[in-house]
Amino acid sequence: MLEVFIFATLNGLVTGLLLFMLASGLTLIFSMMGVLNFAHASFYMLGAYCAYSISTYLGFWPGLIFAPLIVGVLGAFVERYGLRRVHLSGHVAELVFTFGLAFLIEEAVQFFWGPDTKNYRSPEILDFPLFTLFGQEFPAYRGFMIGISVMIFIGLYMLLTRSRVGIIIQAAITHPHTVANLGHNVPFIFMGVFGVGTALAALAGVIAGPVLTTFPGMAMVLGSIVFVIVVVGGLGSLAGAFIASLLIGLLQSYAIASDVGMPDLLNLLGLEFDRNHPLTDLWTLMLPQIAPILPFLLLVLVLIFRPTGLLGKREQ
Amino acid sequence: MNKLRFPLCLRALFLTAVAGISGISMAQEPVRIGFMDPLSGAFASVGTSGLKQIQFAADYLFNSRGGILGGRMIEIVPLDNQQSPTETQIQFRRAVSEELRIIFQGNSSAVANALNSAVSRHNRRNPGQEVLQINYSAVDPILTEENCSFWHFRFDAHAVMKLNILTDYIAMNPDVKSVYIIGQDYSFGQVVSDTSIALLQEKRPDIEIVGNEFHPIGQVKDFTPYVTKIVSSGADAVITGNFGADMVSLARSIIDNGLDIPVYTFYAAYDGITATLGADGKNKIRLIHNETSNPIPTEERKEFIRAFKAANPNNDVTQPRITNALAMVVAAMEQTQSTDPYDIALALEDMRYTTLSGEEIWMRGEDHQIFQSLHISVHTDEGIEFDADNSGFGLFSEYHVPAEETIVPTSCRMRRPSR
Repeated sequence: MLEVFIFATLNGLVTGLLLFMLASGLTLIFSMMGVLNFAHASFYMLGAYCAYSISTYLGFWPGLIFAPLIVGVLGAFVERYGLRRVHLSGHVAELVFTFGLAFLIEEAVQFFWGPDTKNYRSPEILDFPLFTLFGQEFPAYRGFMIGISVMIFIGLYMLLTRSRVGIIIQAAITHPHTVANLGHNVPFIFMGVFGVGTALAALAGVIAGPVLTTFPGMAMVLGSIVFVIVVVGGLGSLAGAFIASLLIGLLQSYAIASDVGMPDLLNLLGLEFDRNHPLTDLWTLMLPQIAPILPFLLLVLVLIFRPTGLLGKREQ
Repeated sequence: MNKLRFPLCLRALFLTAVAGISGISMAQEPVRIGFMDPLSGAFASVGTSGLKQIQFAADYLFNSRGGILGGRMIEIVPLDNQQSPTETQIQFRRAVSEELRIIFQGNSSAVANALNSAVSRHNRRNPGQEVLQINYSAVDPILTEENCSFWHFRFDAHAVMKLNILTDYIAMNPDVKSVYIIGQDYSFGQVVSDTSIALLQEKRPDIEIVGNEFHPIGQVKDFTPYVTKIVSSGADAVITGNFGADMVSLARSIIDNGLDIPVYTFYAAYDGITATLGADGKNKIRLIHNETSNPIPTEERKEFIRAFKAANPNNDVTQPRITNALAMVVAAMEQTQSTDPYDIALALEDMRYTTLSGEEIWMRGEDHQIFQSLHISVHTDEGIEFDADNSGFGLFSEYHVPAEETIVPTSCRMRRPSR
C-alpha cells in the first residue's frame, strides 16, 4: 500500500508541476489582458513539435532551449499583430480570436507534421531508473521533469516578486494607466508577458512530449484541464494556479491508485442492488474509472461554493 | 418478308447504336463510394491513412485496369466525421443528399453503431434509395448480433472472435499466472474486459485477473499512475483494446517505467505507433489481426504493398481488410451488373473471395460477418521485410489460426427487406 501511495504522490507531482507550467502562463496573460487564451495549449503542442523537429537534427538539448524561444517569439507576434488589433473590438472578439487560433494551430500542425504520432524521444543520458522502490522504477526523466518545473516556479516567483521587471509587471496588471504615465511602455510589457507565457507553455510541451507522446490531439487533451486549474486556483492568481495544479495532479493520481467505488459506499450504507437494476452502471462505478473527470467535478464544486476560486481576488 | 428484313436490320442497327451511345455515357459516370472516418482533428491519423488505402486500392486494382462494370471508374468521396457520432449523423445526411449509396466506415464502434441505426432508419423510410454500410474495422460484436442489419457488412473479425484466439494464445503460455486488463470506458472496452475474463476463466482457471481497469476514452494525459498499479499488482501480462493516442501513451508508460511483461493488444502498430515504440517495445507488444504482416505470403500482395509505398512513402498498408472489402463489393457489383445496394447485399451474402494473400475468405450470410484466418504478431525488427512507419520495426506474425477455427455462432436474427 505504501509503495502505491509513494508512487501516486510522485506521479501526481509530475503531472501537477507540468500543468502548472501551462497554467502559470495562462493566468499571467489573463490577469494582464483580462482574456482567457484558448490557444494556450496549442502553443504547448507547438513547443513539442518544434522540439521534435530540432531534436531530429541537433538532439534533445538544443530543442529544450530553442523551441520555447521560437514559440515565445511567435506568441509575441500573435499578441502584437493579432490580439492587440482585435482588442479594440472588445473581449468577445479576443476570445473568439484565440478560439479560432487554437483550431488554426491544430490544423497547421497536421499540415506541416502530418497526423501521425511523432517519435519524439527523451535523451538517452536520462534513460535510466532514478531509483527503484519496492520493485518499481522511477525513470530519471521524470525526476528531470520535476526539477525543471520546480526551477521554473522558483524563477518565476523570484522574477515577479523580487526584480524590478516583476514589480513593473505587477503594477501594470492592476494600474496600467499609472504605469504608462510613469513612462513605461505598457503594450510592450503586455507583449513580453504574452511571449513569456507562450514560451512557458512551449517548454512544458518540450519536456512533456517524449512522455505523454507528441500527436495532434495533445493540445485538446491538456487544454481543458488547464482552464480548470486557472479557474479553481482563482483567475489571475499565480499562487492559486500552483496550488490548484498540484491539487488536481495529486487528486487524479490518488483516484487512479485507489480501489474504491460505489460498491464500497453501498456496503458501508448496507444497501444492495442486483445486477439487473436499471442504474447498475452507477452502482458499480469505481473511482479510478472516473479519475480523469474528477477535475471537472472539482470545477463545478468550486464555481458553486467559491466562485472566485481558491485564491482569487477578483470581485464580481 | 424481304421487305420487312431491311427495316428490321436498320432498326437493330439503330438500337445497337443507341445502346452504344448510352453505354459510352454510362461509362463516363463513376461509381461513387463514400468513405466516412475522422479526416481532421485528434483522430485524423488513422482516418486519413485509411482513406489513402482505399483510394490506392480503387486506382491500383480497378481504375488503372479500365474500371468496373464495363468501364466505370470508382470515385471515393471522403466524409469527415471527426470520429463523433453526432458529426456522423450530419455526414450521413450529406452522403444521402449527394446520392452516395455505399458508405465505408471503420473507426470507433460507437460511430459504427450510430451509423448502423441511421442507415437502418433511412432505408426503412426510403425504399428504393437504400444505403449500404461497409464496416471495415469497428469490432463491437453487437453489430452482427443483436443489432445486426441486412444493410451492414463487417470485414474485420469482431472482438469476441479475436479474444477467443488471443486467450488461447495466452493460455498456452505457462509463465502467465496473472493478467491485468485495462481499456477505454465504452462499449468495445467493456466487451474486451468481460470476454477476456470469461474466456480466461474457462481456459485457464488458474490465471488470476489481478486488475480490470477502465479509463475515459481520450482523456488520460499520463498513463504512469495506471502502470504503477499494474506493477504493484504483480501482473504477468496485460490485455488492452486501446487504440490511437490511448494505445501509444499506455505502451510508452509501460516501457518508460521498466515494466517487462507481454502486452496483448488490438491496435498497437502503424500510424506513428510503431516508430514511437521503437527498440524499447521489441518482443513485448503483440497484436491480433487478420492478414499476415511478415512474412507476406504472396508475390501479388508484396507487389501491392510496394506500389502503395511508392505512391505514399509516409504511409503503410495498415488495414488490408479495406482492400478486401472494396474488392468484394466490386465483385458483388460485377456479379449482379448493378450498383444497387440491395443487389450488392444479396451477392455479398455467403460470398467466398480469394484475397491478394491467396486466402479464401467467407462472408457469412446469416449475420454479415467475415471469416478469415487470424494472426498474432509481435513488434520486432527481425524478419521484417515490410516495416511500419519507415522505422525498421514492424509486425512479425508468429501464430496463425485458420478461418474455420475462428468461427463463432451468432445470435443475429436479421430482418430482411421484402422486394
